[in-house]
Amino acid sequence: MTTSSNAAPALKEWPLWEVFVRSKQGLEHKHCGSLHAADAAQALVMARDVYTRRQEGVSIWVVPSVAITASNPDDKGALFDPAADKIYRHPTFYDIPEEVGHM
Amino acid sequence: MKTPLNYLLHLADNAVVLGQRNAEWCGHGPIIEEDLALANMSLDLIGQARLLYSEAAKLIGGDATEDTLAYFRDVPDFRNYTLLELPHRSALVGYAKSDMDYGTTIARNFLYSALMVPLWSQLEQSADANLAAIAAKSLKEASYHLRHSRDWLVKLGDGTDESHARVQAALEHLMPYTQEFWTQSAMEKEAAEAGIVIDWPQLEADWNALVDAALTDATLKRPSSVGYVTQGKVGSHSEHLGFLLAEMQSLARAHPGAQW
Repeated sequence: MTTSSNAAPALKEWPLWEVFVRSKQGLEHKHCGSLHAADAAQALVMARDVYTRRQEGVSIWVVPSVAITASNPDDKGALFDPAADKIYRHPTFYDIPEEVGHM
Repeated sequence: MKTPLNYLLHLADNAVVLGQRNAEWCGHGPIIEEDLALANMSLDLIGQARLLYSEAAKLIGGDATEDTLAYFRDVPDFRNYTLLELPHRSALVGYAKSDMDYGTTIARNFLYSALMVPLWSQLEQSADANLAAIAAKSLKEASYHLRHSRDWLVKLGDGTDESHARVQAALEHLMPYTQEFWTQSAMEKEAAEAGIVIDWPQLEADWNALVDAALTDATLKRPSSVGYVTQGKVGSHSEHLGFLLAEMQSLARAHPGAQW
């Protein structure tokens, strides 16, 4: 309850969380969406209900959206365009053996 | 060995009635995540009911199926606890803001799943292999239902003045109905004689421990549970079950035997 003087004020707006789901063991967690929740435990429970109803996952991460530092879309040219003419950086000149699996 | 018919129907009716009741939140949830969560849990409960009704239908034989048991029995035939058929609110008063109160939904789901987690754990050891398998599947689902409702009970109880007052009122309303868990009727005695042995003192101790710990975390007071003891499980129901069944059964009765 909020009656005691040193209690944190009740949240009117719930913070935003980014949800990452690992679809099976051995694969990486992939970003699949975001949701609002009051705290991390609740975000995890809600992510389970919203994003793994159809057996999409074996593991979930939730991360506060404010903890993510994102690149600025205006910097797109400076950050990403210089890689465009350097096709020798792609491993497309090799045949990957079947046994390697996911790469 | 076989679980007696009445006990199977009791477990199945509990699941289908609460599943139907909670499905009323579908499209009306306070937030979309809860809308989905409640619908998910209803589907878990209806899935449990289907397995249990199928077992019951095998015992009855003839034309009985899970559908005849769910859709073509009437109020006095249902064996569910009265707690599970109540609407999502206590008696309406003039200043009620809504006829569906999420605190009531959460408090009921908590009181019921705190019973079913230890009960399914015991039934998982049952001498009836089919019942044991249903219990093992249901235990996982009930454990999640308990986690969900307990989290919300704590959030509402330890939330704002209004959420605290409303969930406390929901508990005051619902707690007396839990007395029905602990009275022994012919149905439980028949099950025990058939070999479905439930350690009731242990179950009650487990339930009390779950309830007391959650209420402490939620800064809620445990209301007394004295007064009239409901008897839904022997077929004497409140006025609310008939309306619930009418809605649930109307399609199957309008188009008997329909396939889709």
